[in-house]
Amino acid sequence: MTATLERVDVRRAAPAKGRSRARARNRFTVLAFMAPALIGFILFFGYPLIATVIFSFTKYDLINPPEFVGLKNYTFMWGDKLFWQSIQNTMWFVVVLTIARTVFALGVASVIARLKSGVGLIRTLCYLPSLAPPVAATLVFFMVLRPNGGPVDGLLDMIGVQSPLWFSDPSWAKPGVTAIMMWVCGDLMIIMLAAILDVPQDQYEAAEIDGAGPIRRWWHITLPTISPVLLFGVVNSVILALQLFTQAVVAGSAATGSADPTGSTKNLGFPQNSLLTFPTFLYQTGFRYFDMGYAAAMATVLFVISFAVTIVLVNKMRKNSTAEEGGPGA
Amino acid sequence: MRKTLLLSVAAALSLTACAAGGGGNANSGAAAAPGKDDKITLTVWSNYSDREYEEVTKALNSFKKKYPNIEIKHEGSQDDDKITAGIRSGNPPDVAMSFTTDNIGSFCSTGAFQELKPYIDRDKPALDQINEAVRGYTEYKGNRCALPMLTDIYGLYFNTDMLSAAGLSKPPTTTSELLDYAKKTTKKAADGSIEVAGFLPTMMFYNNRPQIWAPFFGAEWENSSGKSGLSGSEGWTEMFKFQKELVDFYGYDALERFRAGLGQEYSADHAFHQGKIAMMMDGEYRTAFLKAQAPNIKFGTAPFPVLDSKKAELQGVGFTTGTIMGIPKGAKNPGAAWELIKHMTFDKETIVSLANAIKNVPSTKESLTDPALEVDEQFKTFIDLAKSGKLKGNPVTPIGDAHIKAVGDFAAEWQSGKATDLKAGFESVDKSIDDQIAKSGK
Repeated sequence: MTATLERVDVRRAAPAKGRSRARARNRFTVLAFMAPALIGFILFFGYPLIATVIFSFTKYDLINPPEFVGLKNYTFMWGDKLFWQSIQNTMWFVVVLTIARTVFALGVASVIARLKSGVGLIRTLCYLPSLAPPVAATLVFFMVLRPNGGPVDGLLDMIGVQSPLWFSDPSWAKPGVTAIMMWVCGDLMIIMLAAILDVPQDQYEAAEIDGAGPIRRWWHITLPTISPVLLFGVVNSVILALQLFTQAVVAGSAATGSADPTGSTKNLGFPQNSLLTFPTFLYQTGFRYFDMGYAAAMATVLFVISFAVTIVLVNKMRKNSTAEEGGPGA
Repeated sequence: MRKTLLLSVAAALSLTACAAGGGGNANSGAAAAPGKDDKITLTVWSNYSDREYEEVTKALNSFKKKYPNIEIKHEGSQDDDKITAGIRSGNPPDVAMSFTTDNIGSFCSTGAFQELKPYIDRDKPALDQINEAVRGYTEYKGNRCALPMLTDIYGLYFNTDMLSAAGLSKPPTTTSELLDYAKKTTKKAADGSIEVAGFLPTMMFYNNRPQIWAPFFGAEWENSSGKSGLSGSEGWTEMFKFQKELVDFYGYDALERFRAGLGQEYSADHAFHQGKIAMMMDGEYRTAFLKAQAPNIKFGTAPFPVLDSKKAELQGVGFTTGTIMGIPKGAKNPGAAWELIKHMTFDKETIVSLANAIKNVPSTKESLTDPALEVDEQFKTFIDLAKSGKLKGNPVTPIGDAHIKAVGDFAAEWQSGKATDLKAGFESVDKSIDDQIAKSGK
């Protein structure tokens, strides 16, 4: 309020013409600097978003012009069992995958940070899987976990444990895909490792002098210090889970035994729709069933959900950084 | 002012978005045939790979006898998803070959494949040479937008050594015999795990697909009023009971464990190639795969067993589907594309030669009886079925394979024991199919 009053005073003091020219020049400069990002944003985010919302009110097969159908696509969703199944599957991944991936990446980073020798090799080995193309990584995992002959099955058999059916069992398919995503979390692990290595050593030394053991030091120093990076890991994993597609399709496709020579399958979501994630169902509806209007409605719903989740997480992130900086509530 | 500007931008974007989606319908007239000396490169997309890709490429190149200056650029491993993506992006091939007929309803009703009527009216090819069921799966509601390139016919494959070892000298002809044979040829280990399955009943695995099984049980997709009619068709109930009886014989968990360890359908690891199953449903093309990938497996073929109570009515029935060819919307050389399609569908010499090479069934009647067609003992089953006049084609709908998925999803629940009420399950499937067709508005 005070700032506004001060600004009014300044405005009164300056000559009107020069002031408005300076303001226009200032705005132009700002716009010019922002232009590349702004154009990209409008072209690749704003336009598709608006188009998607518009298409969600139409019957549209991508071949012929869209026909306006009002809320028909949205009302159809309520009675669509597969729609709800796909929401349920994706929410499962949002919760489980996010926790598993973040905790796993943090765990591996913490272990690597404490290694005395062979750090470079171990770090490289842990990071390497994240460079594998998703289809190849999934197929490798499928072969490794394959029941009746896979190496994991053989190992478990040796100790008298029957291995799960993984991608053929609706109860194990999602944990199987989660395991793949954990295996390829090298990118997040590297970010966390950098954050852990960035924690000031004097804090550890002070805590050690005060008698804090390794667990207390990790809990009271490492974790709070890297919390912004942890939150980034959570946001990143949530987005990954909301967009989960390739691994679910490839794992299910290979498990059906009916993948065609191109590796695709007609049976998306196998087994028993447990891997029918929201993006998979959206793809099937839009591109296989020629129902882009309905797919657009689903995409709009996904956008609203993602938006809501992101707002919650960003707010949490802001509060967190305010607390870090000693702001209100700190 | 700012609000008005924003609204104007939004409106402009919306209009652009709508316009971007527009494109109009397929060509209404027939494009002229190319001249003898026209230099054109025709792009053909198909889902063939490896051995079959090479043979189909050779067959496509036989077109050069008629048009020496036309080059054929054949791109394999292109499934329906890629074909539709190509059409939608405005970069389609001149000729699209689809491996399945599941999408024919969508291809025809949306105009993704151009209507062929103008070409047919102009050139009058002998459509009656094509089997009625095959004609049925290449059109939708009278709109012919595709023609067949050979055809696939499905029957029973049996491992002769395994049947002999079980004291069985001839293949089963009814579903009750199939049950009996499956039990006799199954081998289980001491711990109860399956070593060899007589007949693998898992729905949606390999060719255990509802549309392929349906004709042998007399299962109908539609009722008399044109709605989805699974709940009113006794054949579906019988099919699911048969399937569940066999699943229960193996035990669902043991069966799933066995199935999960089997190889992919189009690989040399296929369970039949590996001697892990004694009998199966498959298409005639498997004869070539077996000879190439598993020459040591001794096998026979026969019409698939039919429901006992409808034996007289159903004996000799067969299921057919196959590769279809169409001119995608936006194809650059539609006139030449039509000439190529016509060549591949009606040229007897090309059909017979390709049928011999990839062991598919010829799609024209004159080719079926051509002396140059190589018919061995195993392949003869399918040729006989093709001549029987009792073939049933893939159900054609405007919703892709959503109807098949609906049945498959219910079958998965049924076989696992999660669903126990057949009637309620089929009613739910009917509702799902009807709702989706109604929503499509086609």
